[in-house]
Amino acid sequence: MRTIKFIVKRLVYSVFVLVGLSILIFVIARVMPGHPARMALGARAPEWAVERLREEMHLNEPLYVQYYYWAKGALHGDFGMSLVTRRSVANDIKEFLPASLELALYAGIFMGIIGITLGTISGWYSNTWIDNLVRVISYIGIVTPSFVFAIFFVLIFSYALEIFPTMGRIAPDLIPPPRITGMITLDALITGNFAIFLDALKHLFLPAISLAMGPLAQEARITRSSINDNLKKDYIAAERSCGIPERTIMFKYLLKPSLIPTISIYGLDFASLLGNAFLIELIFNWPGLSRYGMNAMLRKDLNAMTAIILVFGLVFVIVNIIVDIIVEYLDPRIRLGVERGQ
Amino acid sequence: MNFMPKPLLEIKDLHVWFKVFGGILKVLDGVNFIVWPGEKVGLVGEMGCGKTTTMKAIMRILPIPPAMVPKGEILFKGKDILQMRQTELQQIRRKEISMIFQDPTAALNPVFTIGTQLQDAVRFAEKSGRNTKKEDIRTRAIQVLKEVSLPDAERVLQNYSLQLSGGMRQRVCISMALVSTNELLIADEPGTSLDVTIKDQILRLLRELAEKRSTSIILISHALGAVRGMTDRLYVMYAGSMVEVAKTKDLFAHPLHPYSQGLLAATPRLTGGGIGEGIDGRIPEYISPPTGCRFHPRCKQAMPICKDKKPPFFKVGENHEVACFLFLNYR
Amino acid sequence: MQKGYSRQGELPKRWENIRRNWYKFSRNSLSIIGLVVVCIIVFVAIFAPYISPHPESAGKFINFYEASQYPSLVHLCGTDVFGRDVLTRIFFGYRFSLMMGIVVLSLVVPVGVVLGLIAGYYRDSWLDIVIMRITDIFVAVPPLILALAVCSVLTPGIFYAMMAVSLMWWPWYTRMVYGVASSLKGEFFVQAAEVTGASRTHILFREILPNCIAPIFTKMSLDMGWVILIGASLSFVGLGAQPPTADLGSMVADGSKYLPDQWWIAVFPAFAIMLIVLAFNLLGDGIRDMLGAEGE
Repeated sequence: MRTIKFIVKRLVYSVFVLVGLSILIFVIARVMPGHPARMALGARAPEWAVERLREEMHLNEPLYVQYYYWAKGALHGDFGMSLVTRRSVANDIKEFLPASLELALYAGIFMGIIGITLGTISGWYSNTWIDNLVRVISYIGIVTPSFVFAIFFVLIFSYALEIFPTMGRIAPDLIPPPRITGMITLDALITGNFAIFLDALKHLFLPAISLAMGPLAQEARITRSSINDNLKKDYIAAERSCGIPERTIMFKYLLKPSLIPTISIYGLDFASLLGNAFLIELIFNWPGLSRYGMNAMLRKDLNAMTAIILVFGLVFVIVNIIVDIIVEYLDPRIRLGVERGQ
Repeated sequence: MNFMPKPLLEIKDLHVWFKVFGGILKVLDGVNFIVWPGEKVGLVGEMGCGKTTTMKAIMRILPIPPAMVPKGEILFKGKDILQMRQTELQQIRRKEISMIFQDPTAALNPVFTIGTQLQDAVRFAEKSGRNTKKEDIRTRAIQVLKEVSLPDAERVLQNYSLQLSGGMRQRVCISMALVSTNELLIADEPGTSLDVTIKDQILRLLRELAEKRSTSIILISHALGAVRGMTDRLYVMYAGSMVEVAKTKDLFAHPLHPYSQGLLAATPRLTGGGIGEGIDGRIPEYISPPTGCRFHPRCKQAMPICKDKKPPFFKVGENHEVACFLFLNYR
Repeated sequence: MQKGYSRQGELPKRWENIRRNWYKFSRNSLSIIGLVVVCIIVFVAIFAPYISPHPESAGKFINFYEASQYPSLVHLCGTDVFGRDVLTRIFFGYRFSLMMGIVVLSLVVPVGVVLGLIAGYYRDSWLDIVIMRITDIFVAVPPLILALAVCSVLTPGIFYAMMAVSLMWWPWYTRMVYGVASSLKGEFFVQAAEVTGASRTHILFREILPNCIAPIFTKMSLDMGWVILIGASLSFVGLGAQPPTADLGSMVADGSKYLPDQWWIAVFPAFAIMLIVLAFNLLGDGIRDMLGAEGE
């Protein structure tokens, strides 16, 4: 019951934040130099056409009127027309979002699982060669931009070793599965098409891992330091003195408290995933929302731009809520601290 | 007190060092310590003199990368704990020796319920090990909580440590220790972080429990009053080694080591006399401790030999020994 | 200036303070490496026109005789397709990287810190709510996306890139300082200052701020690395310094077209980025050890 109240409160708050965000983006987009209508129609279009487009887009009216029209549409799921693709932005989003989500999903999984595992091993075997190796790798992971990883991995795994493909979501000669969720791996699993599932995974692997490397290293680092700190705590010594076996201590009594800082950071790390996605989508020719968004921004496609930033904001908000719920579940101090009126 | 031929616990010349960034901290410098079966031994000394380190060494729960044990033996019922294999050590921890930590809040895992931790302790301590049924474990857990006079034991099992008061936490820690003890209970400053009245209750509880089960107790404290009422024999520790040991009443009546004298003189007495004088100086840095007797820089009766050699225990009476060169030729 | 004035009111000698801090910093040899590398890079960046092997390569320059050469003794990192020396361009590229870091931080830190101080001190007033909600809005978007949005609606160029990054960076300082300031607000020394009639400015800047300096400073040193990284990412997509200016990110982007054959055109600039970010990271860790504060 408390959790539901909590979620509702967060959602309401997030709505306010998103509204504020939309206003901010709106202002930035409309106020900045550039002639969207002119750019959309091209340099050769006649003046009257440009003028008519301007009218349609309400560009000649004051800002708050423009916002009103946009908001009205947005509430109905209509984000206007994209100036670039000439289709409704909502449709464009529906088409491109799943690809980005799929990428983010796998990257998120890599980041979480590999990062935490490495960090745990590193923390438990502190100051041995394994620990030092992991620390060096994490350092490299943190300082390297994701595009460098992408290039590096492509060089090694695609060109040199030829294990993974470099572009696209599935091999060009394969037919994608029917579009249920839009995520090829999930759709393939649902329709039972294992071959396509594997192929899609192969295409996903390099982009997801390149994207995940930075945040993965961050998670490993935090996990390591958290485990290190907790190993010295008295309660671990007390549990040992009661004769509880090492394995139980490691996997149960040490892991749970140590994961709390790690998971708290997960939200932020996920944000950098989403942010860096456009670089990866560019390099791997991934038909995702970030790339679409970049195009929109470069061509001053206002509607598309506003909508996309909102979508990303929304995804980020949802992830944060989930993370907060998990942390609350893990840590009774947070859960119960509020109840005691702290 | 019966005189048994073999001591329950005997620490012989124990050295414990800690490797830290700036060098090596030589904390324990040849500790000698004996506990007989069924007796209550007190251990007093200033904060930082190595009491807890010694106890942790006994249970081998010192953090081994920074800590190292270059020399010494810890004989429990004749076998050296330091050389034991993991399985034997686990048996000792589960069934023979157990420790009550100084700070009950730190000794309980904050993200698990009391029930989880206590029942795990019960599970591994029971004779049949892993095959014990869940209900039996729970029953035993409740039983042991009642033994430490915790009301509403079922609710306590479901609580987290932050939901309990300090006194209750300490009782829970005691119950966890009780489950895995038969022979020796180490109580590290029980009740120190609590109210005086609660502390009194805790000490009384410990005494009752020890009497009921004829367990030996090592009671550590830096407060002399607590120790006085509860122990048969008393060790005084300073900067990493024992300086004096005697029957409690003898020690209070005739402290012989200059440090023990200073310690007792510094205690304010209810029967008048005001606040005593403290001992000049502070405990030494373990990175470069004083040579010979570690107390000599602060000792008003220091002699040249005190700087050169470390004094061994000299027998000065029945069950009374002092590690001080002043008593070299006592007899 | 009373440097080294700690909360308890002691006034240790300035020199002793520096020596003590240096000892704490130098205990980890990695931090020293970071410091050394940063100094080298700064030196290289400042004196780039004088010490680079082929200074003409930095700008518009075409020499097809020397184009696409392997790394050699003459061209330590090879040449690109226009015959420009890659190493030289890296040196000049460092100029932009450092400039971005300095400019962004000089903008972001004063603004962010002041806002954080105000919001923290006037906690629970409308000022607090307004400032922190605005901060929340900026934080709600994954950072790079906001920078991208701002950057791309303006003419691509390094100036606007810096503005964009600044715009998305300031909230983090506000949040951090807000946390410290609002927790300090109830402390005695602040109340004492209020009671004796100290002005708001005095309280904010002379009482509360000194306690935030350690985490701010640590964060700044770590942030240099991150800002440079983000700048490189933006340049990679063409939103930073424009060609033919030498900029590390755009060099990697250009070079990636010629993979895997002329690998050096992309690989060396990539390593250069990693090096400077790593150096600032190590330096930042050392400063964190020295000041004993949580920066990130």
